[in-house]
Amino acid sequence: MADLSYVIYDFQGGEIMNETFVLDGKETPFRPGQTILEAAKNGGVVIPSLCYLKGSTPTGACRICCVEVKGARSLMAACSTPVTPGMEVMTDSELVHKARKMNVEFLLASGRHNCLTCEANGNCRLQDLAYFYKITELKFPEKPDEDIYPTEDINPLIVRDFSRCILCGRCVQACNEVVVNRAISQGYRGVTSKIVTGGDLPYHESECVFCGQCVEVCPTGALTEKKAQGLGRHWETEKIRTTCPYCGVGCQQWLHVKDGKIVKVTAVEDAQPNQGRLCVKGRFAYEFIYSEDRLKTPLIREKNGFREASWDEALDLVASKFKEIIQKDGPDAIAGVSCARSINEDSYQMQKLFRAVIGTNNIDHCART
Amino acid sequence: MTNSFADFMKAKMIMMVGTNMSEAHPVAATFVKDAVLAGAKLIIVDPRRTEMVDFAELHVQLKVGSDVALINGIMNVLINENLYDKEYVDTCTVGFEELKAKAMEYPPERAAEISGVPADMIRDLARRLASTKPAMLMYTLGITEHICAVNNVMSCANLQMLLGNVGFECGGVNPLRGQNNVQGACDMGALPNVFPGYQRVDNADARAKFAKAWNVESLPDKPGMMMPTMLENLPTGKVKALYVFGENLANTEPDIRHVEHCLESAEFMVCQDIFPTETTRFADVILPAAAWSENDGTFSSSERRVNRVRTASLAPGQAKPNWWIFKEIAKRMGHDWASNSAQEIWDNEVSVLAPSMAGIKYRRLENDGIQWPAPTEDHDGTPTLHKDGKFTCGLGVLKAIDWIPPAEVPDQEYPMVLSTGRRLYHYHTRTQTGRCEGINVLLSEETADISAADARKKGIADGEMIKVKSRRGEVKVRARVTREVPEGLVWMAFHFREGNANWLTNPAYDPITQTAEYKACAVRIDKI
Repeated sequence: MADLSYVIYDFQGGEIMNETFVLDGKETPFRPGQTILEAAKNGGVVIPSLCYLKGSTPTGACRICCVEVKGARSLMAACSTPVTPGMEVMTDSELVHKARKMNVEFLLASGRHNCLTCEANGNCRLQDLAYFYKITELKFPEKPDEDIYPTEDINPLIVRDFSRCILCGRCVQACNEVVVNRAISQGYRGVTSKIVTGGDLPYHESECVFCGQCVEVCPTGALTEKKAQGLGRHWETEKIRTTCPYCGVGCQQWLHVKDGKIVKVTAVEDAQPNQGRLCVKGRFAYEFIYSEDRLKTPLIREKNGFREASWDEALDLVASKFKEIIQKDGPDAIAGVSCARSINEDSYQMQKLFRAVIGTNNIDHCART
Repeated sequence: MTNSFADFMKAKMIMMVGTNMSEAHPVAATFVKDAVLAGAKLIIVDPRRTEMVDFAELHVQLKVGSDVALINGIMNVLINENLYDKEYVDTCTVGFEELKAKAMEYPPERAAEISGVPADMIRDLARRLASTKPAMLMYTLGITEHICAVNNVMSCANLQMLLGNVGFECGGVNPLRGQNNVQGACDMGALPNVFPGYQRVDNADARAKFAKAWNVESLPDKPGMMMPTMLENLPTGKVKALYVFGENLANTEPDIRHVEHCLESAEFMVCQDIFPTETTRFADVILPAAAWSENDGTFSSSERRVNRVRTASLAPGQAKPNWWIFKEIAKRMGHDWASNSAQEIWDNEVSVLAPSMAGIKYRRLENDGIQWPAPTEDHDGTPTLHKDGKFTCGLGVLKAIDWIPPAEVPDQEYPMVLSTGRRLYHYHTRTQTGRCEGINVLLSEETADISAADARKKGIADGEMIKVKSRRGEVKVRARVTREVPEGLVWMAFHFREGNANWLTNPAYDPITQTAEYKACAVRIDKI
């Protein structure tokens, strides 16, 4: 009988994994084709990374995920190195931590990573790594001011702060391989490297469609939501899951709420159907609910326009007018149009009102037109 | 949709008909693009060169309103070249002989004459579709907003059944729905002919069941009026009172001038909304409602997924949840309703009364929701309808369908076709997106999209104000010269009151569904 002791189910892939490698001294199963980073995660070891983006081609850009592989000439990027049977991988060695720490130090010197006023403070992977490695001062000379590209804040929705960009390329991967809007790419070379749109134009003059997926995946404060600026720190907001109010896809959103006010909207990662994606309306078109134009009180028409009324007065008027029409012209003289934007329970109630109370099937909504 | 959004990314062959997905359903479009990057073949059938054409291996640029002829032509090739799924047709469907006879009337050459798609391309298209199984078909309003809406939909179903593609993952017939809860509003019975869960009002058993649940003696047995009929009956006096909940009919319905005349004629009109709109101007009473994030409740998406909506902020002033408003009116008319929250309404009424949703309860909706049918509480929901070609109604019905032209076609006076739709940055009449910072910067006014050829003919420059005129009205609007539209076509949206396409559109309707022909009317454009 075959030895089945290493055959386990990977519930994410649903496939049988019957090859093994050695992860920090422990024999660990993996699926052929998996990278060290993915296989380690299945084996319960989370390797830190800045540039890895699930579902896109690994770039190995940030080198934070470096690990020791026995027999290899140098440290390997776990995100872009496939596991082979019997491979011995060390994720927690002194050499690994020394290299990671140095890479973080390089990144910290690559721009202006001052957290005090950064929108990403408390929600920044670079900050987390600097904290983990107890980096209290810059070890390398900071990039000179004249080499840092000016911040783009003239487009209406997204702030691009290049002083906080670590060129990890997650935004590029998200734009080209996840949402496939193909608006940005790695531009220029060497110290002049920059994430650029076609022609290096600002977002609103480029192919960008403002889905904000780049903001969603940015591990630092390089890309942030313009309208969320200053409205609340990450740790001050509560996350409430809901469903987008626009089209019929039903994207799952996190509403980031502070003091009863939505500060920003992000996508629920791994949720069906949107799998961490949103569009420009889902992500950026939420604050209509706070508009001063909102109807705030019942209104009743008078000769010279509308006047404010109490709920009792308005509802009594509607009910009595309906009763009067039913008596005079019958229930079919009343017709109603329900709302395809509001919740199910509202449409249920309205058709119930028409059928069971008024006594007509004259109830419809915009599905047909 | 018969299938799920999760299928989009995994599909191997996708045919999109009359759907501008990257603007109207942008997140769904990302999954189609992912599929293409992974090797899927994409075919786009659309009069316009939409953005998704960049990802397609074939763009079938048919004339507006010629879908039935094109699909009949495709089926003609499939049958003549024996490329259809004979086994599926034999075991899972009825009506093949009638369908075949009709398809034989549409050889590719005839279909080409009507649709403007070359006969060889129709043959090529048919062969490509038959080359990969299953193929997934998606459509949107390009199929439904015609006087032949039902015929167009049935043609899509015919094609997919003939190819043996209905009932399988990554196959099926998939209409993407426009509003977040238009599926739900239908499911809840906000339709003149059915109770919640599509139980017919003219069925005595259904009426008895609902009468008992709602504690009334009897319920009306005749299907009611559809919305266009309601409006038409306002000036005639047959309808005295109109109750409009969260709709901006004065901007969204075809022929605004006529619609406003109808609304004006109402003896009594109630509007329940979150904003004053062009429609609330006609109201006698306006009731302020709580909005999206001020409610607990559920939306049902295109893939029949019931999702939770949660409260994040308080409604302003005295605005109230809509369900509460209806309950209060019922109370004043002598009916006390027990349910006192959205959850009570769903758990104690909807899921009890609608068998396809009986297994869906709020406590089961904490994460990704559930796709109906979910008949019992241990049922996980249904990602694919008509599984393995076993149709809910027994056998799939193939229908012989003839092509008819749009109600209004170009002539000397109005030589161009106007087709309408939505744009990425705004949602419908902008009551919401128009009040969000930044969005108006990205799209600040309506345009009339025209081809370079027509612009040249009329001496119109890109960005110039022009006049677009139909038999219903005329608008002044900026011309946008683009390769998206072919010669002879004007394309507009209805997001802005100024330059709204519905001043021009034709109130001609599908005889069965009363869907208006927003996609085709005759216009002329002129330099100002």
